[in-house]
Amino acid sequence: MELTAETLGISQKAGTAVRDIYLPPERKKISGGGTPHVSAKNFSIYYGEFEAVKKVNADILSKYVTAIIGPSGCGKSTFLRAINRMNDLIPNSHTTGALLFDGEDIYGKFTDEVLLRKKIGMVFQKPNPFPKSIFDNIAYGPRLHGIKDRKNLEGIVEKSLRKAALWDEVCDRLDKNALSLSGGQQQRLCVARTLAVEPEILLLDEPTSALDPKATAKIEDLIQELRGSYTIMIVTHNMQQASRVSDYTMFFYEGVLVEHAPTAQLFTNPKDSMTEDYITGRFS
Amino acid sequence: MNLGTRKLFDRAFTALGFGSIAIMAMMLLVVLAPIVSKGISAIVFRSTVEHRKMIYSEFHRGDRVSLEKEIAASDAARRPLYEMLSGFEAELSHMDEDKQQEYKAKYDQLRTALRALLGPLPGDSEPALTRFKYGQNRWDKAEEKLHDLLYEKQWDYSNPDIAAKEYYVSRAVGFEGTSLVRLFPYVEKNIDTMLLPEWTFYWGFITDSSVDSHIFGGIWPEIQGTFFLAIGAMLFAFPLGVIAAVYFTEYAREGFITSLLRSANSTLAGVPSIVFGLFGLAFFINTLKVSESKSVLAGSLTLAIMILPTIIRAAEEAILAVPKTYREASLGLGSTKWNTIVTVILPAALPGILTGGVISLGRAAGETAPIIFTAAVSVGSAIGLADVFSSPTPALSWNIYNLASEHEAAAEIRHVQYGMVLALISIVLMLNLSAIILRARISKKLKG
Repeated sequence: MELTAETLGISQKAGTAVRDIYLPPERKKISGGGTPHVSAKNFSIYYGEFEAVKKVNADILSKYVTAIIGPSGCGKSTFLRAINRMNDLIPNSHTTGALLFDGEDIYGKFTDEVLLRKKIGMVFQKPNPFPKSIFDNIAYGPRLHGIKDRKNLEGIVEKSLRKAALWDEVCDRLDKNALSLSGGQQQRLCVARTLAVEPEILLLDEPTSALDPKATAKIEDLIQELRGSYTIMIVTHNMQQASRVSDYTMFFYEGVLVEHAPTAQLFTNPKDSMTEDYITGRFS
Repeated sequence: MNLGTRKLFDRAFTALGFGSIAIMAMMLLVVLAPIVSKGISAIVFRSTVEHRKMIYSEFHRGDRVSLEKEIAASDAARRPLYEMLSGFEAELSHMDEDKQQEYKAKYDQLRTALRALLGPLPGDSEPALTRFKYGQNRWDKAEEKLHDLLYEKQWDYSNPDIAAKEYYVSRAVGFEGTSLVRLFPYVEKNIDTMLLPEWTFYWGFITDSSVDSHIFGGIWPEIQGTFFLAIGAMLFAFPLGVIAAVYFTEYAREGFITSLLRSANSTLAGVPSIVFGLFGLAFFINTLKVSESKSVLAGSLTLAIMILPTIIRAAEEAILAVPKTYREASLGLGSTKWNTIVTVILPAALPGILTGGVISLGRAAGETAPIIFTAAVSVGSAIGLADVFSSPTPALSWNIYNLASEHEAAAEIRHVQYGMVLALISIVLMLNLSAIILRARISKKLKG
């Protein structure tokens, strides 16, 4: 299904001037996908006593881009980081309810979080390449998972860098330290590094908040390129970005999933008044 | 506060800061300059022909032909002196009993002074100790000995209210009226030709072992011992310290036990080094019996315990300073905790860890107290690598103390002591410098 204003039956007239900028652009069709890849069932996350994410019920559809928006501290990053168990690093955090990945409980007793993170890759807010060469950065994941052969690694590095639209810029200096790249390049390198372990899901935690508009545009283009091949979830503060890149949008407020709908619908015809207030800038 | 006052304060503070740094630099200069100059005098000095004789027969270095020429020249200058001595002895035997008694004591003193300057005199039996086999090696010392020969030191006790004062009387006066009176001006005039001083760069001071407990020779056993002890200490302390730091930062749960361990570690860092020395003796040697008695192994273990807290703390700081994002990135790629530590965190923390390590290495090299009871001996030859488990070793720090306070001829070999001080300072400075360079290089590599 094509998620545009027309297909969703939203009249252009219905939108105000503020909403018009949120109208999604034309997108390529996605073959396959659309099945629930990650499902939250009454899923809550606690930091000690504090309930950061409250009883979320949602299905994240495979191969589509899902954006998570909401004011600061609303639990959107916490929810995202729960999906590949990055919250394990925070002492005293625990969860209730169920979070399923391909039908299996992410927080199950016998779930191997290392294997899980291999399948669910993550790109962070600040570009965080290792202080190693570009090649070693990309090859880090594959090496971890047992690929030693140099030829094989070279292939993976090139493929990943091409997917991240970085190959043309760095192909002649793969042995240079990754920290010598610009911020935008570093972030695309981080995407390439994540893609190199061939994940099924790509979690992007405010990937452009530390980047300038030009680098941001490149990352957004990259998300469009990857859309359809991976299930992508992106947390963003920038609502225009959410509307530009995503097919579905989740709006969190104070830990509660207020609304989860196709992006075009959420931005032009929100069901909840709180969503409307947020996207029209009445609070932030 | 208006702009003018603020600027005034700024300037005043800048001046104060600059002034204190300048004062510190000057103090450092005042402390280091004499040490360096005296230390260098152990290597660069005016050596006499006796020094070259010693080097030739003890270390088999030097050119035989030119040495023989020099010996011939100096013997030629000494021959009239020896003839004067035998002449006086003949004269003495013809004197009456009282006169003989009177001159005998003075003559013996004179001979002793001559031996100190020129080595064994004709008619002396072969000395048992090497120190008596050669005359004065160093020209600066020879000049002192010449003074001792020409003048006898006496003490003035006449005023009981003040400490006795020293004064010198000419020995020549004591031999007034005998043939020997000619000897004193002869020696004073011909001392140059008798000893043939020339400037020498004695590199052997670093590489030779000592002869007759540092009277002659170099300090190689001490330098080697210092390296053995310091590196041995690092071999134990560095891996242990890094592992402990990893445990503290990555694995330990914050709680009573961890904070107890942490404060124990801090306390350990503050324990006086002599306590570690006694502990090393009691624990490693008497209880664990790692060796029969003092050994490099026991000393290294003791030093290791002493530097462990520093290494742990430095490594801990370095690991904590690694950005959290590296950890997230690595874990996010499906890396295990252990893999993350080994492949990402430790390499990133390496500059800090190494700096702590090298500073500890410098400290281990310089410490005296922990090795007194566990590893150090005052005199000894360089030990082989295989002997570190059983043999004690001389070491710079301990031998500096020993030469300064306990050596029987301490006043004669101040230059050796200062040479050791210079060697020790150089080693520690070199280690610290290499730490700085290493750190800069790795940091540069990490930054790209």
